[in-house]
Amino acid sequence: MITALVIMALGAVVLGAALGYASIRFKVEGDPLVEKIEAILPQTQCGQCGYPGCKPYAAAISAGEAEINLCPPGGMDGVRKLADLLGREVKPLQAEEKPKQVAIIDEQTCIGCTLCIQACPVDAIVGAAKQMHTIIEPLCTGCELCVKPCPVECIHMQPIAENLDNWKWKYPVIEIKRAA
Amino acid sequence: MLAQLFGFKGGVKPQTNKTPSVQQPIGVAPLPPRLFVPLHQSIGGAPNPLVQAGERVRKGQLIGGADGWVSAAVHAPTSGTVLAIEQHVAAHPSGLPTLSVVIEADGLDEWIDRRLIDHRSLAPERVREILRDAGVVGLGGAAFPSHAKLTPARAVPVEHLVINGAECEPFMTCDDMLMRERAEEIVRGIAIFRDLLAARQVLIGIEDNKPEAIAAMQEAVRRLAEDYAVVGVPTRYPAGGAKQLIRVLTGKEVPASKRSTELGVQCFNVATVYTAYRALAHGEPVVSRIVTLTGNVRQPRNWDVRLGTPMCDVVALGAPMADTSCYLMGGPMMGFEIPDLAIPVVKATNCIIAGSPKLFPPNPPEMPCIRCGACAEACPHELQPFELYWFSRARNFGKTQEYHIFDCIECGCCSYVCPSHIPLVQYFRFAKSEIWSREREKNAADAAKARFELRNAREEREQAEKAERLAKAAAARTTERKVPSAGPVAPDGQPAVADFVAVSPTSDAEAIKKAAIAAAMERARAQRELAQPRNTEQLNAEQRRQIAAVEARRAAARAAPAVEPDIPSAVPASPPRVGE
Repeated sequence: MITALVIMALGAVVLGAALGYASIRFKVEGDPLVEKIEAILPQTQCGQCGYPGCKPYAAAISAGEAEINLCPPGGMDGVRKLADLLGREVKPLQAEEKPKQVAIIDEQTCIGCTLCIQACPVDAIVGAAKQMHTIIEPLCTGCELCVKPCPVECIHMQPIAENLDNWKWKYPVIEIKRAA
Repeated sequence: MLAQLFGFKGGVKPQTNKTPSVQQPIGVAPLPPRLFVPLHQSIGGAPNPLVQAGERVRKGQLIGGADGWVSAAVHAPTSGTVLAIEQHVAAHPSGLPTLSVVIEADGLDEWIDRRLIDHRSLAPERVREILRDAGVVGLGGAAFPSHAKLTPARAVPVEHLVINGAECEPFMTCDDMLMRERAEEIVRGIAIFRDLLAARQVLIGIEDNKPEAIAAMQEAVRRLAEDYAVVGVPTRYPAGGAKQLIRVLTGKEVPASKRSTELGVQCFNVATVYTAYRALAHGEPVVSRIVTLTGNVRQPRNWDVRLGTPMCDVVALGAPMADTSCYLMGGPMMGFEIPDLAIPVVKATNCIIAGSPKLFPPNPPEMPCIRCGACAEACPHELQPFELYWFSRARNFGKTQEYHIFDCIECGCCSYVCPSHIPLVQYFRFAKSEIWSREREKNAADAAKARFELRNAREEREQAEKAERLAKAAAARTTERKVPSAGPVAPDGQPAVADFVAVSPTSDAEAIKKAAIAAAMERARAQRELAQPRNTEQLNAEQRRQIAAVEARRAAARAAPAVEPDIPSAVPASPPRVGE
């Protein structure tokens, strides 16, 4: 009887020690779920979801504070992926889906106030005080954050047109008329 | 000669339809009045334009410089004037525009000064550079810059150099005619490639439905006393695929993740070899290519066409029949329908087929997949097209990649044999381009995230630095305030003087600064007053005197508080102004 108790107690101590050691040794820094969510988000850093960037939004989703349908740049595709990852229901997007766009500065009108440079979350605008500013188009995420601060309204958003680099083969269309 | 040929799995045997276009020798297409030369004609970087509108160019002059190592230069196909560098519809299924150089031919066809080069006298690196600047690319259809393939892998010596003259696509005969008519130049070109790669054995693979080409090549090899093996390979589509031909000739199977160089094999098209020879031995960059014009035309034939010639000019040479409904660029298996006859002939244009409803009857309606497995049997890459089809159709792109969609060469065998007439290749193309586009988006997102984090880190650092600076300044101010108060406390004259000396520059500087600020404020006030209209300017002398008296009284009243500092200033210190 006592032997059995001792063996069980010993087992519990050994296993407990092993688990305790493992929890310290293999501790995961940060929340892996937040990272997974963040990987799905488009990293536009536009704040249209109401959070100051994609990471805070990911953290809010992970904490259950935010809905998964608040990210317009991610589109319905993003909502579907988030729903798959989190096992939540797919909901319609809370804003209208826009085509991918890029900001354009009208360089004739620009007065060089640097306000847009301060607003750009990805440092995609070059310029200096009282000098003309311009957008580095490949770096622009189309977040629209630079449009509002401009005092002379010289920034507008332009949808990215189809070109040879981003052209895609279309989904084959099944012609029902002919089949019928 | 080779003792043994190997087979490859799958493949189909479509009707070849090659006879009509080999009845006549290669013709030289007339010079069109205007040429539209796209700058981006190869895989890799898009060349940068080197000419300006209005400039006169000569035939063979560099008009687009190679951008990076994997890129090939572009040249003026004839002499004439550059009219513009503008967007012109590209030789691409989308019909989207691409940057092109528009040249108006002057009809002189005047060459640049051609320099003949003996490749043996130069270092291999230099030869590769010359080939890049001569615009030599794979003319089999992929347009991959050839010089990039001519670097042997360090670890593996090149065992076999495979020269691809199989030309397995139906209708197409441009390589066939080239081998028949210009075999000697091809064989001389092979020597260049063999030397660059230090290849041990050269294998020339030609499908056995081209006996004339095989005979011509054998004859040329014999005449030039080379030890190349000219091998007739069984006619079966796609025997001309690089991996298939390598397998048939050497028995080596190139794995998906590896390139053939790593197995000691390299493969080039006969037309590529020919242009490389012309580039080195004649100093002629790639300005034209042989194009098969066939199908629903009265005079099918192979033409030597300048690059940049609009398709409509080429098509007119064959006199298309009245019921021609469409044109294909490339073969019927892998080509695409030309969206606009304004598109120019480019380096990848090997064949133009005029189609009619009789020649290419419209596809019967797509029926459900019955999982018969015919596509899997026909697939030369031993994929499972029916699985790929399910997943592409359902947009389950992760699964398509698990089933190796990127090993698919889009040869069209599966669509050809499908009893349900499913356009399988179209599904695979759709899935591939979708995966690529997602990959691009993912990379862009990662880059944006990195930049965002960098910016945040910078802002935090700047804020911390600013706070530190302010704290330091505050500390300096408190010590400063302490120092003058410590001065008079000093016991005797000596240290007090030293203190005074130490402190006086600071207080002097401060006084100067204060004076400067006061002066600036005064200036600003004066400016403000000047800018504001005064209502005293149109008064008569009597009124002015009265105002002056008021002003004097006011000034006296203002001076009074200064004399008696105990009374708090009840009079506003603002400058006097009438009508306030």
